[in-house]
Amino acid sequence: MANPLKTFLLPELLKGMSVTARTFFTRKYTLNYPEEKAPQSPRFRGLHALRRYANGEERCIACKLCETVCPATCITIDSDVSEDGTRRTSRYDIDLFKCIYCGFCEEACPVDAIVLTRIHEYHMESRGENIMSKDKLLAVGERYETLIAADKAADAPYR
Amino acid sequence: MHTPITHLLALWGTLPDLIRTVVWILIISIAVILCVAFLTLWERKVIGWMQLRRGPNRVRIFGLLPGFGQPFADVFKLLTKEVIVPSSSNKFLFRLAPALALVPALAAWAVIPLSPALVVSKANAGLLYLLALSSMGVYGIILAGWSSNSKYAFLGAMRSAAQMVAYEIAMGFALVGVLMAAGSMNLGKIVGHQQGGVLAWNWFWLFPLFVVYLIAGVAETNRAPFDVAEGESEIVAGFHVEYSGIAFALFFLAEYANMILISALTAVFFFGGWLSPFAGYPVIGTTFLADPSFFWLGLKVFVFLFLFLWFRATFPRYRYDQIMRLGWKTLIPVTLVWICVEMLMSAVHIGPWAKPWFH
Repeated sequence: MANPLKTFLLPELLKGMSVTARTFFTRKYTLNYPEEKAPQSPRFRGLHALRRYANGEERCIACKLCETVCPATCITIDSDVSEDGTRRTSRYDIDLFKCIYCGFCEEACPVDAIVLTRIHEYHMESRGENIMSKDKLLAVGERYETLIAADKAADAPYR
Repeated sequence: MHTPITHLLALWGTLPDLIRTVVWILIISIAVILCVAFLTLWERKVIGWMQLRRGPNRVRIFGLLPGFGQPFADVFKLLTKEVIVPSSSNKFLFRLAPALALVPALAAWAVIPLSPALVVSKANAGLLYLLALSSMGVYGIILAGWSSNSKYAFLGAMRSAAQMVAYEIAMGFALVGVLMAAGSMNLGKIVGHQQGGVLAWNWFWLFPLFVVYLIAGVAETNRAPFDVAEGESEIVAGFHVEYSGIAFALFFLAEYANMILISALTAVFFFGGWLSPFAGYPVIGTTFLADPSFFWLGLKVFVFLFLFLWFRATFPRYRYDQIMRLGWKTLIPVTLVWICVEMLMSAVHIGPWAKPWFH
């Protein structure tokens, strides 16, 4: 009761209400997600892909640097000698449940074979789909090659 | 002039009073329930906008009006869910409580004058009836909390009971002031006695009582910032924590119906009900804008409902002891003081007491 006017005219409450009244009319931050999307950096680290050279040859040489550097140990690689006598992977699995999308595999790769694309809208419908096998990774790489190449080119000047 | 409408009107005139009243009750009840449905949507929209969000805008009706399908989607979801009755609860009271919470909220509409001609019952003791019914609502909450046999529900019910008892008194005293200004307990007369423009409405001379009534009304309906009965962060959901499906929907319905009711009562008691704010002024007072109609009551109710939502979006929840202190130590003394001021005003014939029916 120090200041009766301040007690009875409720100035603090009115001040608070004026704040919400202002935000009532300000532009809303929400994006209508499937229709509107937040801008994405070319460095975005989403779904993995294995790339090929322009002549169709697999980039990956099974050096296992990615497997070694992976902090979540989500990459499993078996290597073998292919028909043309080069060193190739016979198995290249990424467990998407273990992966933390740190991008170290991409950094470690000497031939730019494994990359993280900007694709982040994917899901699994049954058990086992979380394992990205070699053919699935290559399929992603083939399908989005133009997108991946453009993103890598956009990021190249800063590396 | 033998159109179907005139036939229907003629038939309507021949029906016995009882049937006509029942039809009116049905119409008003359904209208209130529909209002509740869209009030829930409006609430989520308003709070969303105040929090820089957009609110529900996905469910549409016939592909139009984004968000307008939301209340119906919610209702169908709740209707199709299982009503779980806790195994150690008092099964009879557990099922009775939601109805007990809802019935007073709907029954009170019987005496609310919606327009000069439209009121289900022109009861002379309308104000007493309202006071009686509004204190009935707490039984539903107490029974729900007790019969659930759950600690959280019981705590919520206890808090709610104490809070309602405290604010009932402040509310009642505020209405005593209205009673003195109107000289009648008939709600139609209370509105009629406020004729003569915005400044002739009760809020001007009874402003402290209006503020007390509004605050007590928010507390009576257990709305934020007085929603300790629900208190999500402390006691999960309070008295209706054990309810699911349509039994929960009934409590929800009761809470929102009570909000609309309190808004309508504030409009009737302090803001001239169906009277137009433009009446009593030189030029505009002769146009159609000055006619009393249901539209003005609807507009006022909307404004007060918006205030309810605005409060909820702005204020943090009161602590329980703060609620008790505000109710007993602030609101009740304020009403008592203002009733004394009213006695002085009536003695010297100013304000409402300058009007002819007090001489």
